[in-house]
Amino acid sequence: MSNEATLHSQEVIHGAAHAHDHGHGHDDHEHHEGGFISKYVFSLDHKTIAKQFLITGIIWAIIGAFFSVLFRLQLGFPDATFPWLESILGHWAKGGRITPEAYYALVTMHGTILVFFVLTAGLSGTFSNLLIPLQVGARDMASPLMNCMSYWAFFLASVVMMASLFVQTGPASGGWTSYPPLSALGDASIGSKVGMDLWLASMALFVVSQLLGGLNYISTILNMRTKGMNMTKMPLTIWSFFFTAVLGVLSFPVLLSGFILLLFDRHAGTSFYLSDLFVAGKALSNEGGSAILYQHLFWFLGHPEVYIIILPAMGMVSEILAVNSRKPIFGYLAMVGSMFAIVILAFLVWAHHMFVTGLNPFLGAFFVLLTLLIAVPSAIKVFNWITTIWRGNLRFTPGMLFSIGFVSTFISGGLTGIWLGNSSIDIHLHDTYFVIAHFHIVMGVSAFFGTFAGVYHWFPKMFGRYLNNTLAYIHFWATLIGAYLIFWPMHYEGIAGMPRRYYDYTSWESFKQFADLNHFISIVVIAVFAAQLLFVFNFFYSIFKGRKVTTTNPWNSTTLEWTTPINPGHGNWPGEIPEVYRWPYDYSKNGKDFVPQTVPLSPDEEKEGHH
Amino acid sequence: MSGYLAVLVVVLIFVVIFQIAKASEYVSILKGEKKARQQSNRVNGFLLIIFLVLGLIGVYYCNDALKGKIFFEAASEQGEGIDNMIKWTLWITGIVFIITQILLFWFSYKYQEKEGQEAFYFPHNNKLELIWTVIPAIALTILVAIGLRHWFRITSDAPKDAAVVEITGKQFNWLIRYPGKDGQLGRKFFKNINDANNPVGQDWDDQLNKDDFMATEMHLVVGKPVKLIIGSRDVIHDVGLSHFRLKMDAVPGIPTTLWFTPKYTTTEMKEKTGNPDFVYEISCDQMCGSGHYSMKANIVVETQEEFDAWTAKQVAQYGVAHPAPAAPEVPAAATPIDSTQKVVAANEVKQ
Repeated sequence: MSNEATLHSQEVIHGAAHAHDHGHGHDDHEHHEGGFISKYVFSLDHKTIAKQFLITGIIWAIIGAFFSVLFRLQLGFPDATFPWLESILGHWAKGGRITPEAYYALVTMHGTILVFFVLTAGLSGTFSNLLIPLQVGARDMASPLMNCMSYWAFFLASVVMMASLFVQTGPASGGWTSYPPLSALGDASIGSKVGMDLWLASMALFVVSQLLGGLNYISTILNMRTKGMNMTKMPLTIWSFFFTAVLGVLSFPVLLSGFILLLFDRHAGTSFYLSDLFVAGKALSNEGGSAILYQHLFWFLGHPEVYIIILPAMGMVSEILAVNSRKPIFGYLAMVGSMFAIVILAFLVWAHHMFVTGLNPFLGAFFVLLTLLIAVPSAIKVFNWITTIWRGNLRFTPGMLFSIGFVSTFISGGLTGIWLGNSSIDIHLHDTYFVIAHFHIVMGVSAFFGTFAGVYHWFPKMFGRYLNNTLAYIHFWATLIGAYLIFWPMHYEGIAGMPRRYYDYTSWESFKQFADLNHFISIVVIAVFAAQLLFVFNFFYSIFKGRKVTTTNPWNSTTLEWTTPINPGHGNWPGEIPEVYRWPYDYSKNGKDFVPQTVPLSPDEEKEGHH
Repeated sequence: MSGYLAVLVVVLIFVVIFQIAKASEYVSILKGEKKARQQSNRVNGFLLIIFLVLGLIGVYYCNDALKGKIFFEAASEQGEGIDNMIKWTLWITGIVFIITQILLFWFSYKYQEKEGQEAFYFPHNNKLELIWTVIPAIALTILVAIGLRHWFRITSDAPKDAAVVEITGKQFNWLIRYPGKDGQLGRKFFKNINDANNPVGQDWDDQLNKDDFMATEMHLVVGKPVKLIIGSRDVIHDVGLSHFRLKMDAVPGIPTTLWFTPKYTTTEMKEKTGNPDFVYEISCDQMCGSGHYSMKANIVVETQEEFDAWTAKQVAQYGVAHPAPAAPEVPAAATPIDSTQKVVAANEVKQ
């Protein structure tokens, strides 16, 4: 113990010296360039980098969501024409109706943008950066420079992806999963021409960004905790960011390797994924490759990716539920343990995306078992959240409402995972609207609810101001109700076998009975999109004009970020980094509303029995 | 014009909402933080319980409105197992869904902040946690056990007497090949493909190919197991058979198989569904390019007599590729490339 304590105190000194150095660096810059560049552009401050990720993520989210509005117009109003579409999309929407090529490009970009740019970079990038140093008690990340590079790699990835929207042949359009041979052969799809190369280049930069960020998060959490902050005293947010980073660091390289092989197949004449093809009137020379190999490589990341998206949301929701229930999170160790179990299982279930590829049924059986096993830690988490609010004293801040919404959608979407994970049901439901409903609720809507909860909860820490509550409540209710109205009925379309990624269902005797429903869903989509714009407006307005925060600890929370000044500078604490004596969940203990982590245990006080 | 008007109305609504929001913020500052919080707590607590009640009614209503749009009976024997599995899973997950959602929203409502109410310090309880680890584990074991039983049954080898039909995906239609009288499909090779008269690349040297015929519709005999040999010429497709509750990917270079036994003829299905236009459709269920949504083929399930009558009318592809007056010796593989391209171009124009 004493050894550990020494190590920590050394780090504190080191951290302080480090921050001091940066301070000098800033001063130098400020003399030369007025400080704007080093303060807001190439900033090394984790808090600024977090804001950069968040704002970039918001911009991408608007674009990605707008794309979904566009393709929902096609699905909901297949016979209608919208002349304004032609004004913005040109020949991609001739006569005011989106072409199939444009439809598939929109679908692909919607998926790519939301999965990677918004819910991975926008979510982890924002909150891991903001909260890790603040909650573990560090001046900054282990390597602020790498952190800055992580953002700028993401920025470059964004630029390349954005550029791909404007090339003559359009962006990638083979689905966000980009399965070859479709994604490998420009002759098979117009989106697989230069758009696909840009997609791959952008994703490679994105992987670089993730690795730079992830390694930093892991090393900061492992090495830079303040004195007294042992692992079991960390808030669950930090645990979740830690596990997320581990998942990303171990799985993104595999994705990159898959992409590199795809690049070779596209341009170097190799046959990793290609075999026996007759495209555009010609037999290709490729033989011996396996199109299924790509799917293994892709889903080895692709499945952990959904946990990369949902774990940070889980961590933040755990924290926000505890704070606003004025109660400790129930079963702290079980929460950590279940996240750990999810991380391990996340690597062992990827082939459940491939039950109908002709996978060996015997092998499939193992993936069924391991997939359904994930429901156990997920169930533990849900029951623990519900028990956390049981007999609490609940304050419905916007963050709290979004956390409750998160638990609700996580239950709804998680339970349908039990359907799809069972291979025999998956044979019928695979690639239908049931899948769309499932993953949009469990990782789209839930992860967004987690993100919104985080934004509402930590906005005062980021900008020293509050978001407008009334707008927040309207945003929450419109989003919760809208999300269920959009995705709940889709389960029925899926059970009827209605395939996803269809441009038009009117010629299908088996699926055209859902025309009215599609119409309804599209109208709700437009309304929910408008409600999100309300949030965006609230966000940017409140940065400058929101109600000012007047206390350092507006939510009466125990964790370290609320011991910093209202607008902390680079280095976070003006004086020494506070020392930690207790776990972060001493709410309503012994008649006290809350006891911050920095308060030493009183002699008669029982240590929270976990550690 | 109406477009601008719509935008104007939306902007106006935004402005009104914003003004209300701004005003209510001032009011809450005047009231004091505590009072404002109590008030918004009451409103949101009430809305949470209302959401639960209306939500559960909505679930019921949604089911009522949409269940008629699903043909809730599988049209194949294998699909029965899947329907059975869905029912079990629906019951288990449905019960969990209702209980957990009720607890979540009801607790939220019940334990909203009140004057004098104190939260209960309850950090953990091993017994409770053990209970909700073990019960889900048992429930899931049951589901895995039933699920795998169906899975292995569906993916088992087809019976020996099963009919064989080959289905090959291409952008953007399905090529269906029957083995003919000998019941065996002839060899094929992708370099033999020629859109004019050899769309799947049959090897004309193989005697088994002499009676194989291509069809635009898939005809199946009711009550008789059929084994599909599934392949693709270009990108990954998927043979989606929604009424039979089955599907299987069509992967270029790696043939896959799927077998099933149709239960009802198309005519019977017309009566069962009450839809005189009913038709079994093969949908492509794997994103395959810009025509993905239109990649369709029909299946006709009929009696043995009807099937035999249909078969008798079909012409072997060999005959199509080798019309009597032309020299039958020229192998298809040697067809000059440019003529193939012409045909493909012609096909594309048609599409």
